[in-house]
Amino acid sequence: MDKLTKIARWIDYRLPVFSFLNHELREYPTPRNLNYWWSFGSLAGITLLVMIISGIFLAMHYDPNSKQAFNSVEYIMRNINYGWLMRYLHANGASMFFIVVYIHIFRGLYYGSYKSPRELLWILGVIILLLMMATAFMGYVLPWGQMSYWGATVITNLFSVFPFGEAIVEWLWGGFSVDDPTLNRFFVLHYLFPFLIIGVVILHLVALHQHGSNNPLGIERKEPRDSIPFHPYYTVKDLFGLGVFGCIWAYFVFFNPNFFGEPDNYIPANPLVTPPHIVPEWYFLPFYAILRSIPNKLFGVLSMFSAVFILFFIPWLDTSKVRSATFRPIYKWVFWSFVIDCFILGFVGAHSPDYIHEILGGLSNQALGQITTLYYFTFFIIFLPLLGIYEKPRRLPTSLSEPVLTTNKGKNSTTRNGVFVLFFLSSLNPVYGTDQQPPLPQEPWSFQGPLGTFDRTELQHGFQVYKQVCSACHSLEQLRFRDLAALGYNSDEIKAIAAEYKIETINDDGAVAERVALPTDKIPGPYKNEQAARAANNGALPPDLSLITKARSGGPNYIYALLTGYEAKPPKDIQVTNGMHYNPFFPGGQIAMIPPLSEGLVTYGDASQPTVNQMAKDVVSFLSWAAEPELEERKQTGYKALIYLVLFTLLMYFVMKRIWNKN
Amino acid sequence: MTDLILDSPHPKKNEPTRRDFLLLTAGAVGAVGTAYFAWPFIDSMNPAADILAQSTVDVDLKPIPAGQAITVVWRGKPIFVRHRTAEEIKAAEQTPMGDLLDPATDQSRVKKGHSEWLIVVGICSHLGCIPTGNKPTQDRGKYGGWSCPCHGSLYDTSGRVRRGPAPLNLSLPPYTFLTESTIRIGVDEAAHG
Repeated sequence: MDKLTKIARWIDYRLPVFSFLNHELREYPTPRNLNYWWSFGSLAGITLLVMIISGIFLAMHYDPNSKQAFNSVEYIMRNINYGWLMRYLHANGASMFFIVVYIHIFRGLYYGSYKSPRELLWILGVIILLLMMATAFMGYVLPWGQMSYWGATVITNLFSVFPFGEAIVEWLWGGFSVDDPTLNRFFVLHYLFPFLIIGVVILHLVALHQHGSNNPLGIERKEPRDSIPFHPYYTVKDLFGLGVFGCIWAYFVFFNPNFFGEPDNYIPANPLVTPPHIVPEWYFLPFYAILRSIPNKLFGVLSMFSAVFILFFIPWLDTSKVRSATFRPIYKWVFWSFVIDCFILGFVGAHSPDYIHEILGGLSNQALGQITTLYYFTFFIIFLPLLGIYEKPRRLPTSLSEPVLTTNKGKNSTTRNGVFVLFFLSSLNPVYGTDQQPPLPQEPWSFQGPLGTFDRTELQHGFQVYKQVCSACHSLEQLRFRDLAALGYNSDEIKAIAAEYKIETINDDGAVAERVALPTDKIPGPYKNEQAARAANNGALPPDLSLITKARSGGPNYIYALLTGYEAKPPKDIQVTNGMHYNPFFPGGQIAMIPPLSEGLVTYGDASQPTVNQMAKDVVSFLSWAAEPELEERKQTGYKALIYLVLFTLLMYFVMKRIWNKN
Repeated sequence: MTDLILDSPHPKKNEPTRRDFLLLTAGAVGAVGTAYFAWPFIDSMNPAADILAQSTVDVDLKPIPAGQAITVVWRGKPIFVRHRTAEEIKAAEQTPMGDLLDPATDQSRVKKGHSEWLIVVGICSHLGCIPTGNKPTQDRGKYGGWSCPCHGSLYDTSGRVRRGPAPLNLSLPPYTFLTESTIRIGVDEAAHG
């Protein structure tokens, strides 16, 4: 120990890294009265680190090439050790990051943390937000699914409103449409930007430590007893916060990993077809709503950009001398209505402009978007400057210690905070594209819920149905024969299954030859290429089934409904085109696929009856496994992680109580 | 982070308190958690499931005349498959153990009943270069096996190192004779003998 101290001293004398850390992370005098809303800054920092680490490891396996990007993401999910964990951690991490940062921003707005002398601190924060938005957008493009592609197209086209817009957009694309060059540069920049964010975060911290944190009362510290050292008081408080946050993040990663995602992004990018509902990720929805509610292209885009850039001017728009909303009776209400306004904007952005709000007396979504957009800007341009002049603030306490010792409103604010968090979480539920015409029948799937697992018999039966029926037209290209081991087949059975297929190879003479498939081969599809598939199917392309239950909204229930929902006689008002079939569950009601299942089509090896419903159930189970082969491992790992995190959180809670009670 | 917690501002010397216990537990739980969190990231850099599965190659031996060799690729490495002549086998079998840098009998390096087939990983045990001598036009060195172009190591007709700097013999891949004239590299169903 003595020797270590000596070495530390030697280094510190030459490079004061230890005294720096000691000064900034340990002794650092912090207001004694910070509440939990102040934990979100450090949470954001930790989230940034986790995003960078998981991103670096994902980048080791990702292939930024328009032909390979989609498949390489699936490769990560299926073949890389813990690849699914890293991808889900990263994808959900983006949402977590924005939740944390938005709360952090609202906290600053409520307690006036941007007021003198912290204007630059705030501006650096807004720069971080802008960089985050750019990084998140480019990251969303990388999986190269339909939403990635069309998101990239729409967002880059925003720049077309500026002078020389077309040239700018082509410069962004590196071509005449979003394509390989675009994907490549987005990947490089997506990797670069987080490091720029780290740089600005360091400046943000330097600016923060110059005058120290603001606090819930918004008054400066006057006497030494107003401050306590950062460590251990706030390290432990932040660690407790980290535990709670970790539990929430882990819940999404392990038990609901596609909650924030879009089914359409599990369909490979197709430059010729735009998905029917295109929406940005939830964290962009309020801005997207502002863009859409203005009927003029130029003004819509400008409003959207202003909605973010106006944040830079808040320190000067707010004329009030009082920082904390606690002492501003009117601002408090204006602030909360602004928060609600942002949520409504997000809700507006999630729905189509033609959507009618019945509870609001038939108000159209477009009109609601215009009202909320108006309020958004009114808050900044009218309320912030005028309230400072006309509002009568309440009497400010003379020191931090005074109200801390006498306050009795703690309970009240906890309830309000709780309501806010609940409101926030409930509004996150994406409501995109759920206007399914007939409601889907809900089957009790064995793999549903946090404890659900696959039923091996169902999977094997389902594979049999796929092989004997679906595989005539549909490929399963993300699967290899050896993956079938998860269905309960042993290696000899898998060899025998593979041996039924032929694979094209090049022989030693350079000629195309055929060989028997091996367990390591991908399961060959029915057609050599897309053209052959279309030619054989009247121009329609039978989709690949590897991800089908993840790639359709409604998931397994939708596929099941589709397989069992054919109606021989369409309703009178529907004209079924020649070669199409009526199925009310298919968007538009007309599907090219003939009713694929009929009673007794396959013969099961055991006593099960091959009814249409049974076969549909089996094949949907099999396809759900094909889409999420990691499901069982994911849930098991999730339990371990959650148990650990709950334990960690409890421990930190007791340590925190212990440390703070001493005070 | 952990040691920061442990280092509390009011340490009570020589008197374990409940708080010390709590802090130590918290520190230990934090450390264990960090280690567990790190593992998936480290493990993700290991060979992926499909690379591990991609592990066998079948080789048809019929086209290889005695005295010649071919190179096949297994797990990204060159495998030398050499059809030895009777003299080469004899030379290999009769080499005294004392002459060898990494002593091993010739019998231990081939499959029983298939002593004309020598199958070795074609990577020099010095620093990973590929020795020459597998093609008829290439130099096989003084001992008739292979010679490494990088630092001059020499191997004999059993793939054993005879002159350094290489410290070890050419290593043997796992393989099995499927028939008299086909082998599968990557699985070893019969012991060497």
